[in-house]
Amino acid sequence: MDLTYTAEEEEFRARLREWLAGALPALPPKPSPDDWPARRAYDLGWQRRLYDAGYAGLHWPLDAGGRGATPVQHLIYLEETERAGAPYVGANFVGLLHAGPTIAAEGTAGQRARWLPPVLRGEEVWCQGFSEPDAGSDLAALRTRAWRDGDDYVVSGSKIWTSHAEVADWCELLVRTDPAAPRHRGISWLAMPMDAPGITVRPLPTLAGSAEFAEVFLDEVRIPVTHRVGAENDGWRVTMVTLSYERGTAFVGEVVACRRVLGELARAARDNGRWDDPALRRRLGGLNAEFRALWRLTQWNVSEAQRTGGVPGVGGSVFKLRYSHARQELYDAAAEVLGPEALDLEREWTRDRLTSLAYTIAAGTSQIQRNIVAERILGLPKGR
Amino acid sequence: MDFRLTEDQRALRDGVRALLTGRFGPEALRAAVARGGRGLDRALWRELGAAGFFSLRLPEADGGAGLGLPEAVLAFEEAGRVLLPGPLVATHLAAGQVAGAAAGETVVTAVHGGLVEWLDESDTVWDDAGGPSGAVAAGAVPLTSVDPLTPLHRIPEDLLTGPTDPLAVLLTAAEQLGNAARTCEAAVQHARTREQFGQPIGAFQAVKHLCAGMLVRVELARAAVYAAAVTADPVDIAAARLLADDAAVRGARDCLQVHGGMGFTWESDVHLYLKRAWVRARRGGSITESEDVLADDLIAGTGR
Ligand SMILES: Cc1cc2nc3c(=O)[nH]c(=O)nc-3n(C[C@H](O)[C@H](O)[C@H](O)COP(=O)(O)OP(=O)(O)OC[C@H]3O[C@@H](n4cnc5c(N)ncnc54)[C@H](O)[C@@H]3O)c2cc1C
Repeated sequence: MDLTYTAEEEEFRARLREWLAGALPALPPKPSPDDWPARRAYDLGWQRRLYDAGYAGLHWPLDAGGRGATPVQHLIYLEETERAGAPYVGANFVGLLHAGPTIAAEGTAGQRARWLPPVLRGEEVWCQGFSEPDAGSDLAALRTRAWRDGDDYVVSGSKIWTSHAEVADWCELLVRTDPAAPRHRGISWLAMPMDAPGITVRPLPTLAGSAEFAEVFLDEVRIPVTHRVGAENDGWRVTMVTLSYERGTAFVGEVVACRRVLGELARAARDNGRWDDPALRRRLGGLNAEFRALWRLTQWNVSEAQRTGGVPGVGGSVFKLRYSHARQELYDAAAEVLGPEALDLEREWTRDRLTSLAYTIAAGTSQIQRNIVAERILGLPKGR
Repeated sequence: MDFRLTEDQRALRDGVRALLTGRFGPEALRAAVARGGRGLDRALWRELGAAGFFSLRLPEADGGAGLGLPEAVLAFEEAGRVLLPGPLVATHLAAGQVAGAAAGETVVTAVHGGLVEWLDESDTVWDDAGGPSGAVAAGAVPLTSVDPLTPLHRIPEDLLTGPTDPLAVLLTAAEQLGNAARTCEAAVQHARTREQFGQPIGAFQAVKHLCAGMLVRVELARAAVYAAAVTADPVDIAAARLLADDAAVRGARDCLQVHGGMGFTWESDVHLYLKRAWVRARRGGSITESEDVLADDLIAGTGR
């Protein structure tokens, strides 16, 4: 049980901090949340700076163009960038946090060379085409069909809730390549260029009023067979790799952000007099316990990942379950602090409160995570 | 940074577990329940002393093992797992200050959260401020304790001296963690074997999700308790306490639910875990004290 960082780790932190202090003031102003092209440009611009400074794909393996950093260094990176108020990973989310790592782990040398560098350099944006209208939690029920025609797959079907689809260059796409096979066996994982003919993207406004995600319709879209990652019909296994990254590491940096928000909430409550309410004070105190513990759990999981070579295990489900609910409680408490202002959509905390509602749904609902914890960690029997 | 247990820490934990399951397994637990709150097992107390349970953190020069809080927390977690009875925390904290405490020759109890455990069976009482207190013993009023393995006395308001010692809060949280982990295992074990509607009840999602919730609370509490053991920071300790109490109390309730009617019987051990969790939740002082510590920290903005 050692929570002190080594001299080497502290040196890494100090260098990063110094670089951030120089880089952040030079950032262009943050674009409006509804201006997607501007958001894309902003997010990619930041990625490019990270790349030039040697911080892109820090935790990716060296042979995938990453820096081969240890999980602890990655943790420090997430902590320091968030603490300094650096831009969030944004449109680079899928590429950096799960499509990229999946290609690094499962792709051929050619695929890695083609797709990984542009993600790191901030040149290409990825989206995730897993869910379908009738296949959300039951992902293996997906019906989007791909059949072989010469050197291409021809793909028809539709995807839904595809985040960043409007501005993406590539899509990690799950398709059914063998409809006769048992449902988990006939799936393949493809990289689909979003500018291919036959793709229609229809923005799907979210409850927050923004067009965060979209429906994607695929009408005989041709995708070269060479764009398949992993063997044909072995896509379910590849998908499990993707999901373990998505659940395992993708939310870690956000705990730091929540802790910052919590401190801001307390000070806002002191300034507007609500701090005198002992019930509110204790509620915020309880949330402080929650987020401190979530940070410790993160350190615990990172220490474990250090042993397994950085591959996140199902422990990510434990973290995601608790974190997603805590985040919702945080913004409910924020509403209490804001009072009537909490109903004003112009307030950042109000928008964040709406966004927090997605956390118990996206990347696998809480119910699905509980199934995973019960069956895969506790070994309870499968059933219904 | 490597938060995992070291080899030595794992060996220590396994050693304590082996000692306790051998010396205070389920049958010993039932026998202790049958004796009620009468008769603390002095022989066991001395064995714990000989094994270094109380002297763990004393310097080697003073006959201790020279270990730290993390090791003490691991030992108390194991004590919590088997529901080891007695004023363990108070005696451990008195080791090196009260003659015979370290060796398990003297049983020391203390005032925690306005209560004294095992008063009639102890040799001496400490108050909240960590000093010997004769007045406390004289003014204490007996309760009919809800926990058959923890006799209790209440302390009149005017004899209370102050907030509970953070180290006592932390070691109690460690016991709660062990309690929570054990009830989670017991629930899962039962859910795997008990059959209804022609299948193990653990295949039903309602049961499965109760168990998953228990594990999530245990894992979060573990991270918080171990971190507080490393930092010994009062804010970390307050956080550990809240999460460990929650994991222990709700875990025991959910365990009872998973056991169905069997869980409501005196014969099943489940109620013992719930009742002890209630007693310990009070031992850390009132919940609001901990919440206040954590709230003040937000304004102070120590952040870490
Ligand atoms: C903001 C946001 C962004 C998203 N981005 C993407 C993206 O980029 N790419 C992508 O592919 N997908 C994305 N998704 C989709 C997301 O993964 C799915 O919404 C999610 O997996 C749930 O599927 P569903 O919506 O079909 O709900 P359903 O599966 O229909 O679930 C409805 C309810 O039933 C419950 N339920 C379902 N099955 C079970 C079961 N076996 N046991 C118990 N309860 C069950 C669920 O928990 C839920 O409460 C996004 C979703 C959101 C909200």
